Amino acid sequence: MRPLSLSAFTVTSSLGRGLEATLAALEGGRTGLKPCAFETVALETYVGEVPGVDEEPLPAELRDFECRNNRLALLGLRQDGFDEAVRALARRLGRQRIGVWLGTSTSGILETELAYRRRDPTTGTLPADFRYYGAHNTFSVAAFVQRALGLEGPAAVISSACSSSAKVFACAQRAIDAGLVDAAVVGGVDSLCLTTLYGFHSLQLVARTPCRPFDAGRDGLSIGEAAAFALLERPAGSLPADAVLLLGTGESSDAWHMSAPHPEGRGAGDAMRQALAAARVAPQDIDYLNFHGTGTPSNDAAEARAVAMVLGGATPGSSTKGATGHALGAAGALEAVVCALALRHGLMPGGVNTRVIDPQLPVSYLRESRRAPLEKVMSNSFGFGGSNCTLVFGSAG
Amino acid sequence: MSPTLTAWVESVGLLGPGLPDWPSAAQVLAARVPYEARPTVIPPLECLPPAERRRTGKVVRLALNAGLEAVRRAGAETQALPAVFSSSGGDGENCHEICQVLAGADRQISPTRFHNSVHNAASGYWGIATGATAAANALCACDASFGAGLLEALTQIRSEGTAVLLIAYDADYPAPMRSVRPIPDAFAVALLLTPAVRERSLARLAAKLCTAPADALSDPQLESLRMQVPAARCLPLLRRLARAEPGGVVIDYLRGQRLQLEVIPCH
Repeated sequence: MRPLSLSAFTVTSSLGRGLEATLAALEGGRTGLKPCAFETVALETYVGEVPGVDEEPLPAELRDFECRNNRLALLGLRQDGFDEAVRALARRLGRQRIGVWLGTSTSGILETELAYRRRDPTTGTLPADFRYYGAHNTFSVAAFVQRALGLEGPAAVISSACSSSAKVFACAQRAIDAGLVDAAVVGGVDSLCLTTLYGFHSLQLVARTPCRPFDAGRDGLSIGEAAAFALLERPAGSLPADAVLLLGTGESSDAWHMSAPHPEGRGAGDAMRQALAAARVAPQDIDYLNFHGTGTPSNDAAEARAVAMVLGGATPGSSTKGATGHALGAAGALEAVVCALALRHGLMPGGVNTRVIDPQLPVSYLRESRRAPLEKVMSNSFGFGGSNCTLVFGSAG
Repeated sequence: MSPTLTAWVESVGLLGPGLPDWPSAAQVLAARVPYEARPTVIPPLECLPPAERRRTGKVVRLALNAGLEAVRRAGAETQALPAVFSSSGGDGENCHEICQVLAGADRQISPTRFHNSVHNAASGYWGIATGATAAANALCACDASFGAGLLEALTQIRSEGTAVLLIAYDADYPAPMRSVRPIPDAFAVALLLTPAVRERSLARLAAKLCTAPADALSDPQLESLRMQVPAARCLPLLRRLARAEPGGVVIDYLRGQRLQLEVIPCH
């Protein structure tokens, strides 16, 4: 595929607001995971909550979209001058020529969960302030981001659980390639809610302690939330050496099970091979891999097998979910931005919380951050329903 | 300038109120038989293993039945066929059940309900049912979901040069969600789209963005279906296919944007 440049990008997660805070936390091996004190949730687990999301209500003209997920989206858009970069590009290209593709798994479902508690005790009707279009509907986050940025082009939400906001890079790439748009805002926004906290708990996939991807004693994931965005454009004639490029995307389906990965990582391997082929990059040229690495025993085992099969066992890699928690529908974009930071700053972030690397997993897992010039990096994102997506990024220099 | 994206429609699958499959729907849309509104009847899924079959809800059965009809009519292999699933509301019944439990004292939701709550549930079961391991996308664009799914399929065809199966589907919510999103009944459409003309191709399709108003249907009941079910926004296109008449048709997309489709029948 023809590479695209990430001419602007930003991330907000439990590690902090914006790139600088995120980079400092990754370099310092810090985690944003804390004991869960979200809403009225009574579960013994850790979560990666973004502090202060509810302290910033939406501006009056966007009030129809009021919900925690859209507040987090706006908080994210305002970091690192991302919103200004998009508006400047829209002035140049036209607001119809920039598309919006965002990943989310639950959008504003939290408001629905809370509204159900306030149903009329006799009739069962929802409270009058319930917002179906602005909060509940899965598309609400893309409609909101379009409105907040003043964009009027094509838009969609991709909602395939934990691969959602990796797949948006592929959708946007195809739309730019086809000339449907000239540029695209891609990203992911997912916020804490009861459905995912109690849902993963029901599947016994949630760790009681901060998640430990690739650890011999790993026992589940920790849920997080994040808003991460990138502005994708065709690369300008001359790019600065620290410019980050999307080089390849790969997508596949396990066709195996709704909530468990194929044990041999069949679909994961397919996605990785496709991404390498699209990027025209040889497996040995991947300098760093950001694992999906949720910290559940079966996910990490399946992914390690796929990685060993496709890249061999020597590529250094880590999961940053021990730092951020698993941001679900926002994980792909969050980790794409981690990859962009890795390329730009020559930083391979170590996987925090992991103490004893599982000797059964045939990969080179980094527990400590390492500095090295990086040219090509890969990010894996795999979701329920056997939905797999791999992205390959490279530096222009 | 919006480019024109092209594909050939090889087959159609359809399931909706009074529209049990594509041949019967085509008769109605071509005005050869009158439309009779009847509740949508969704057949069971024989293609899933019994354990998986028990776990699927109405919406998954709806989407898969439409997809299976389209691939059956085309005699298409599913294993390497990329699929685009698009739905405004996903599984509203399942969502209601989860929210109901979470609003109560005991918040223990069922693991099956949880994994069925993902918007890509139909896509996941499609893979299990048909062995499809190619890329599958699950989109939502609220009322624009059919148009967004069609654009996604067309850009995939343009970029990857493969056939793509598009399945757009929506079903009615139970109360109390029904009062805020009054979708009257279940409706799904599947289009098998190919990058080049084939022996069985029904029509060539050329799509671009426009701002003209969307075409309406003359039958008031069908028009009401089109307006009330996001997936049924495809009906003006299907009418054109059913009548095998060349010409343009405009369908709804996002706020302020529509899709202009030029349809040239192959026969």
